Amino acid sequence: MTEIQATSIIAPRRTLLLRGGQALLSASAIAILAGCENMAATHAANAASTEDDVQILNTALGLEYEGIAAYQVGAESGLLSKPVLDIAVAFQGHHKEHATALTDAVRKLGGKPVTPMASYEFPVDQLKSETDVIRFAAGLEQGAASAYYGAIPAFGNRDLAQAAASIMADEAMHWAVLRHALGENPVPSAFVS
Amino acid sequence: MTNHLPTIDRRRPARRLGLLAGIGLALILAAAPARAEGDPVAGEAIYKRCGGCHSIDRNRVGPKHEGLFGRKAGSVPGFDYSKAMRQSGIVWDDATLDRFLENPRAVVPGTKMTYAGVKDAQERADLIAYLKQATKPAAP
Repeated sequence: MTEIQATSIIAPRRTLLLRGGQALLSASAIAILAGCENMAATHAANAASTEDDVQILNTALGLEYEGIAAYQVGAESGLLSKPVLDIAVAFQGHHKEHATALTDAVRKLGGKPVTPMASYEFPVDQLKSETDVIRFAAGLEQGAASAYYGAIPAFGNRDLAQAAASIMADEAMHWAVLRHALGENPVPSAFVS
Repeated sequence: MTNHLPTIDRRRPARRLGLLAGIGLALILAAAPARAEGDPVAGEAIYKRCGGCHSIDRNRVGPKHEGLFGRKAGSVPGFDYSKAMRQSGIVWDDATLDRFLENPRAVVPGTKMTYAGVKDAQERADLIAYLKQATKPAAP
């Protein structure tokens, strides 16, 4: 698929996504994560479990910071056409929302949120076209969905697991849109792992 | 009562212990599942699950995997490990990876790796087979 084709496919989806999807995607996760003050009290007698949950949230937060930085690299590459750039900025905005919600949750559970790394070792030398950037982003989104999939069973608190599932769904949608833009089957299988 | 006890119990305790140890070891070996043969091609697909945090050649949210086999856990330069991982004493090989990947947080409580684990033994074998190929250190 050429870069022009990728852009033409992704453009109609942009409208739908920007209309209302952004607010819907993370609202439930924020609502659940916002209730973490109660969770902290509930878990007072189970400090080890809360500590584990904070660790999981912090790993997820680190992942979100990496995603934000990666989309920034893509946006500043000069390789993205306007419609694709708009999508990238929208997806980066989702990751920022995830990061804010996760940061708040870590704090409410008494933990110290991780901060973005000083620098990220992205394979920028391999990003020479819009397709390269989209493929790079798709790989990160697939990895993010997998990371949440793998972390969800590890949460001691089921409400946090539900919130993580909400974020995982958002990452999976990003991945599907980006695969579609690459001319690949957007939903290659019935299960995500 | 004592007449009914086997004489070996009282007179040769060391031999009895040896016998018991031998039987125990045999039972353990018999019970231990043989590790499945791994398929590196299938393992490469499974490795995509690790791709949220890991890369072969660069540190990310998780440490890079290049040079994994034979490496002491928690020793990749430039990566900020948990104290638990640094002090785990693990050296990565087929067996330690198989145990860790099945349930990372049970094997190293406190690890920053928050993945619940690869529960299927064949999938772990495939993943390890792939890692063995893909993580060979780059030639100098």
